[in-house]
Amino acid sequence: MSVLVDAKTRVVVQGITGHQGKVHTRQMKAFGTQVVAGVTPGKSGQTIEDVPVFDSVAEAVAKTQANASVIFVPAPYAKDALLEAVDAGVRLVTIVTEHIPFHDMLTMYHYARAHQARIIGPNCPGIAAPGSRAKVGIIPNVVFHPGRIGVISRSGTLTYEIVNGLKEHGLGQSTCIGLGGDPVVGTSFVDALPWFENDPDTDLVVMVGEIGGTAEEEAAEHIRHHFTKPVVAYVAGRSAPPGKRMGHAGAIIARGRGTAESKLDALRAAGAEVATFPYEIPDLVAKTLAARGRR
Amino acid sequence: MVKLAEWRGKEIFRTYGVPLPKGTVARSPDEAVRAVTGGDVPLPCVIKAQVLSGGRGKGGAVRFASTLDEVRAAATAILGLEFKGEKVRELLLEEKLPIARELYLSFTLDRSRRMPLVMASAQGGVEIESVADEAIGRTWVHPFAGLASYEKRQIAHVLGVTGPVAASLDRLLSQLWTIFVNEDAELVEINPLAVVGDGVVALDAKVIIEDDAAFRHPEFADIRDDRTELEEIAREKEIAFVQLDGNIGVIANGAGLTMATLDVLQQFGGRPGVFLDLGGTDDPQKVTEAFLLMARAKPAAVFLNIFGGVTRCDTVAKGLVEAMKQVPASDRFPLVARIRGNNEEEGIAILREAGVTSLRDLKESVQAAVAAAGGPR
Repeated sequence: MSVLVDAKTRVVVQGITGHQGKVHTRQMKAFGTQVVAGVTPGKSGQTIEDVPVFDSVAEAVAKTQANASVIFVPAPYAKDALLEAVDAGVRLVTIVTEHIPFHDMLTMYHYARAHQARIIGPNCPGIAAPGSRAKVGIIPNVVFHPGRIGVISRSGTLTYEIVNGLKEHGLGQSTCIGLGGDPVVGTSFVDALPWFENDPDTDLVVMVGEIGGTAEEEAAEHIRHHFTKPVVAYVAGRSAPPGKRMGHAGAIIARGRGTAESKLDALRAAGAEVATFPYEIPDLVAKTLAARGRR
Repeated sequence: MVKLAEWRGKEIFRTYGVPLPKGTVARSPDEAVRAVTGGDVPLPCVIKAQVLSGGRGKGGAVRFASTLDEVRAAATAILGLEFKGEKVRELLLEEKLPIARELYLSFTLDRSRRMPLVMASAQGGVEIESVADEAIGRTWVHPFAGLASYEKRQIAHVLGVTGPVAASLDRLLSQLWTIFVNEDAELVEINPLAVVGDGVVALDAKVIIEDDAAFRHPEFADIRDDRTELEEIAREKEIAFVQLDGNIGVIANGAGLTMATLDVLQQFGGRPGVFLDLGGTDDPQKVTEAFLLMARAKPAAVFLNIFGGVTRCDTVAKGLVEAMKQVPASDRFPLVARIRGNNEEEGIAILREAGVTSLRDLKESVQAAVAAAGGPR
């Protein structure tokens, strides 16, 4: 078992004819994912990586029974793509696109929510469950190894680095979710933690946070009251000066809240094991598992 | 973040009908005097530096004038100021109004609830950070429903206004909500919002437009904000580039990895000088451009930390070696690279052949970069 995606996941790629869409369709298929359809308005009839392209998501769903979408379309059209996917009945949408205006994302989030659909992202690397050979997103295939560690992260490449580090230490992953670094995300740590709590194939969760916002502080509160599995946490950005934009709109320190220290303190107080640097994570995971008698 | 100067925020306010004091912008003492003699601004008036930092009142960047001589003197004094590192180039002259009360009002985003948030306080005219939590009323607005009448009545209650003032506030709140949404604002703040006679008047305007929505707002394209010259060039090339006060340049891909790299660098006594995030690019041209931009910041050493997922390490290495050749000999700097992922063996071989210190371990490579920049501080 895994979280959100599994062998029954059938993916439609929105924006499949673009560069990213093509590259990652190939990668997802190489991972073992069932990529069943692509959508680019006006380009139906062709195939990309042997995947049929349709004009609309509704058509793609009708013909291929796609049940998850990944969106690569440019930011100005991302809102439309999400609305179309939700209206076509897709209930899991991963948005890789970056630079979506947050006002658009507010509409997208509340629209999806009203239809009981789940958004992962935007500006995120997506989800992968190596044991189920299912990936919806762009996390490089090479970093994974099936196992029992769950990973929830706000970062992209840092996640790859950390998952790769786990693999090199023989620590495989159950499911890895990249939440995205934007101010408004469809799924936060608090949304994702219960899935891992209920996943019998996850023994421990690695949480990778960033400065900005209060998502990690809220996660700490959740862990304290509701999460029974061990958590190893890392937060990037302790050296960032206040107010400067560090590449993610979300990573702005304002009014003393949202600092790396405030997040780490909250997580420590909630019982999480905290890594000061990313390369400490594998050892900390191994020690924590050993202490709990899970290895 | 596109931060608008007060006068520019008020121009937007005016378009939507927000009540404002009578006023105009001046860029010299002569212009300031003409604004009064020409009838644009009546005396007595207030003269305000158009800078982006707060705390202008305390910093001498806001002055009052009752005569033409005082207008000239105040304008001259303020235009000579450098306010929190920002040279004052523009003034806003406005009529001085008989203020009964000063209130606070803002529209912003609550990231946790994924809802727009209206904050209101009867204690206006002071920094909102210094106002006690209990004295701030919070109203979360559902983006589909918009600001409801009952919510506006709640806000009026928090602000303690009734009768015609409440009616004036009701109109203002609808206008501000429309501005917040239509203009893609991440902040619309009025502090102070003044009660004058039977209505409310926006004495200040702080409007921040979201960067990611810039494609919908070409009218703000000329706003430089508080970016440095190189940061501005980087922005045009769509490279995330931040100048800090150290001497080591850091190039990484992805914001999280870049931040983590800076953290490790600082831990080992290095001082990050420039932060450059290549993002998800696998375009060698962009790698070259980024590298040349880094060279212009004249770092003592550069540390490159790349995780090649889909991007191939050998492609990045080739782009890098090409870029190094284009940097003039006088501007060359030591380069330490750590590249991991796809084809890392080939990438490392290419870099070592070109004389670049190329290591796998993050700690070791950071220490090498710190040493190359003259050792830990």
